[in-house]
Amino acid sequence: MRRGLFLLSAVALALGLSGCGERDQVVVYKQGKYQGKPDTQPWNNEPPIAELKGGKWDKGNQASWEESIKQRQLAQHEHKRIYQ
Amino acid sequence: MARMKFLCDAERCIECNGCVTACKNENEVPWGVNRRRVVTINDGVVGAEKSISVACMHCSDAPCMAVCPVDCFYRTDDGVVLHDKDLCIGCGYCFYACPFGAPQFPQAGAFGLRGKMDKCTFCAGGPEVDRSPAEFQKYGRNRLSEGKLPACAEMCSTKALLGGDGDVIADIYRERVLRRGRGSEVWGWGTAYGPGRPGAQPPQQQQQQQPSGKRS
Repeated sequence: MRRGLFLLSAVALALGLSGCGERDQVVVYKQGKYQGKPDTQPWNNEPPIAELKGGKWDKGNQASWEESIKQRQLAQHEHKRIYQ
Repeated sequence: MARMKFLCDAERCIECNGCVTACKNENEVPWGVNRRRVVTINDGVVGAEKSISVACMHCSDAPCMAVCPVDCFYRTDDGVVLHDKDLCIGCGYCFYACPFGAPQFPQAGAFGLRGKMDKCTFCAGGPEVDRSPAEFQKYGRNRLSEGKLPACAEMCSTKALLGGDGDVIADIYRERVLRRGRGSEVWGWGTAYGPGRPGAQPPQQQQQQQPSGKRS
């Protein structure tokens, strides 16, 4: 009987203390600071498969990604795309 | 480093709304939300009708970022302004601050409550794992991570809407204006003829010496 009471009080104590572990549920505001999750840079992804007709670059190489996307931008230039 | 921008050529836009459709299809934008739309002035007036495709302009000094009370906006290294929907509280401050009306709010719930803000992402997704289902569901497709440009610009049939690095698309636009000799009124001669020449006039107008041809 006494042992049962002891176990019951121990469980009640553990459950009661678990309420003290509550975390902040609001964002702490800091002027000019982004509070959200970090984003992945596009050049840190693998280039897509050929069927998707995306760009080609070396993973992690920002310069090669920028060169790839620049070539894609120049495709909007019909004077160069058509007459050359 | 690239600084991604949109530029719409009002001389070429034919108000086909192809960019709007491409955006909605590519990103599966919910009903009632238009990340991009076409604005027409002088509708029906012969010779004076001009259309322009408008979405988030990914401002270098974005007012939406300045007014957001929870700081959910960030700018990528490419100059694309994105936001974290997990932080957005749907207050609508960014909508009032934006001069282009870019932030959109879906109707959420049975009572039409304003949902989390949605806007053009320059097809760059958001702060989730790139090309993941979670990113697609919240922000749409991440075409930049595939080495592609925004669907609206790549779909534009007349190539009125240009998307990409500001320097590159300004060069394209400049050469276009120089060839046809007109049509940079919306964006100014600085964009059309290069920096350092405020108030510059095209060669044809310099020869004609038209006093009423002042452009901004």
